[in-house]
Amino acid sequence: MSKKTIVGASAVAGAVAMALTGASLVASTTAASAKEKCYGVSLVGQNDCAAGPGTTCAGTSTVDYQGNAWKLVSDGTCTTMELPDGRMGSLEPLDRDLPA
Amino acid sequence: MPQMADDRRSDQPADATSLEPFSDALLDPDLPTPKGIVGPKGKKAAKRFNVYRNNVTVGLVGALADIFPAVHRLVGDEFFRAMARIYVQTEQPSSPLLFRYGAGFPAFLKTFEPVAKLTYLPDVARIERAWLDAYHAADTPVMDPADLGAIAPEDLADQRFITHPATFVVRSNFAAVSIFAANRAGKDLSGIDPLIAEDGLITRREFDVEIRQLPAGAAAFLQALAGGATLGEAAGSAVEQSEDFDLAAAIAAMLEAGAFSALASGKIDEKGQ
Amino acid sequence: MTDKASRAHSAPDAGFTDSTIPARAGAGLKPEHVDAILQDDYRIGFLEVHAENYMGDGGATHRTLTAIRQSFPLSVHGVGLSIGSENGIDNEHIARLKGVVDRYQPGLVSEHLAWSTHDTSYFNDLFPVPYDQPTLDRVVAHIDQVQNALGRKILLENPSTYVQFEKSTMGETDFIAEIARRSGCGLLLDINNVFVSATNQKYRPLTYLSEFPLEKVEEIHLAGHAHDVDDEGEPLLIDAHDRPVDDEVWKLYDIVIGQIGPVPTLIEWDNNVPDWPVLRHEAKLADEILERRAANYMLGSHHAANG
Repeated sequence: MSKKTIVGASAVAGAVAMALTGASLVASTTAASAKEKCYGVSLVGQNDCAAGPGTTCAGTSTVDYQGNAWKLVSDGTCTTMELPDGRMGSLEPLDRDLPA
Repeated sequence: MPQMADDRRSDQPADATSLEPFSDALLDPDLPTPKGIVGPKGKKAAKRFNVYRNNVTVGLVGALADIFPAVHRLVGDEFFRAMARIYVQTEQPSSPLLFRYGAGFPAFLKTFEPVAKLTYLPDVARIERAWLDAYHAADTPVMDPADLGAIAPEDLADQRFITHPATFVVRSNFAAVSIFAANRAGKDLSGIDPLIAEDGLITRREFDVEIRQLPAGAAAFLQALAGGATLGEAAGSAVEQSEDFDLAAAIAAMLEAGAFSALASGKIDEKGQ
Repeated sequence: MTDKASRAHSAPDAGFTDSTIPARAGAGLKPEHVDAILQDDYRIGFLEVHAENYMGDGGATHRTLTAIRQSFPLSVHGVGLSIGSENGIDNEHIARLKGVVDRYQPGLVSEHLAWSTHDTSYFNDLFPVPYDQPTLDRVVAHIDQVQNALGRKILLENPSTYVQFEKSTMGETDFIAEIARRSGCGLLLDINNVFVSATNQKYRPLTYLSEFPLEKVEEIHLAGHAHDVDDEGEPLLIDAHDRPVDDEVWKLYDIVIGQIGPVPTLIEWDNNVPDWPVLRHEAKLADEILERRAANYMLGSHHAANG
């Protein structure tokens, strides 16, 4: 754990020089980015001061998802993307997002 | 006083003097209507109190659907709302800033058995939460690549950077970046292999949040830089993680995305902090 | 790509219009309406925002509100201070409100007679308070705290209620009047709330209005409500903000304006938000009443409250 690799000054200088050329920028864009611009999503999760839908909706009953009580099947776009091996096998601890 | 409660108010039990029972009952439909909460003329108020229960649950579930639109679409509306209700009962907003809600939702998805097979779902949620944090982050100019060009070549390896407030790196063992991007773009998911690990870089240059997939090792590189490492040290961390690490491509991606706001040296005082 | 463009981080009042809110109709600002509002030949009197939606550090929300503020006076309406809380109110949140107020220089700042946070949970709804002396003292102290921090008067809004507390010892109008007297705050009279609460709590809205300290009203809210029933099948109105203002509420509004003269009047529409022209239509209805009553008022006929 303690041995640290440090890339030397000349290698870094060379990489920066390459990165700063237009050719390299173009290369990185096409090769490395799946860039997705998201326009027009304005205020999400907005505070408002309106009351909801009356007296008999979601807030008045419990949802039991233990055992066989959960009857719902996800019917969104993910249905073709279930992974047969489940989450337990392959998931490793994920690094923290940045910034904390 | 027409709007006054009846005059049967004396000798109330102690709990009727506190808002605690009202608060407790909001998210627990098994609890009775709080003591001392009535309709006009002291009549019972079960349905009346349910208006508040519904407002809270429907409002917070709706906020989650807004904040996590890709997760919402991935599992479908009915499933999402039922699932979100359970999360709302376990974790309420800790701030009146509703757009901050749901920091614990990705962790909840990881433990929520009915989505166990959608292994990538928690990571898609992490991307969505980071996306909204980036959307509301401070307006800070991104670093001009020329700043780096102005540094003497022999000093470049020692440079440190100030992370832009809208910059987030999300690493996934699944194809969470591709799934998120396809979903937000309204495309279907065919052709995406969910088992391919992906790293994403979320940034915001002006007002539009961008996410791009990072090449091998670049996430470790950016995380090291954000943690205060020098360019040379961060490149070293990345090489340790990935033999394929391409330093020039990683620097180009970081400059192009605007992941950093400035070089740390000499610019810190200028920002007044 | 090397765009270093300095962001137009608007300095306070840079390019803002006069902050004074006219005694005309305004509308609750919805992001989807911004372009239509800015392009409309009809100039709405003012816009109102929920303070909490503009408490992020930066980004598109601030760009939008800056553009609005350059063309219109603004009213800032808080929904998250939880002034009725039992365990004090959050100084951090007051500081955030001050940030919004300092930045956008609203003509009016208002909050609710309600609570929404308990311990550390924020419930995103406005809950009623008991109308008793300890609560009154607490609410007055909280309003003092806010007004001192902001360095200005705030308006307090009367609530829509579905229940009441058995322990209440005074009526809502007495409670509000005493708060205003002791704290020096102004009042925001939500006439839809009056109608909703009056129906739900079985009193006459006109009685409520006759007891309300109308002389302290500096703004009026109007909105639509939904219909439900309580356990006994009696009408229970819900403050849904999801439809046009009810005819009965318009009648009450006309009476109030006849009584006190024109005041800034906000149309609120928060659920099932329609296209801008629908909201504009509601605003114009309020404008008509304001203009008609203003004319009467100038002729000195304002003593005759009619129905």
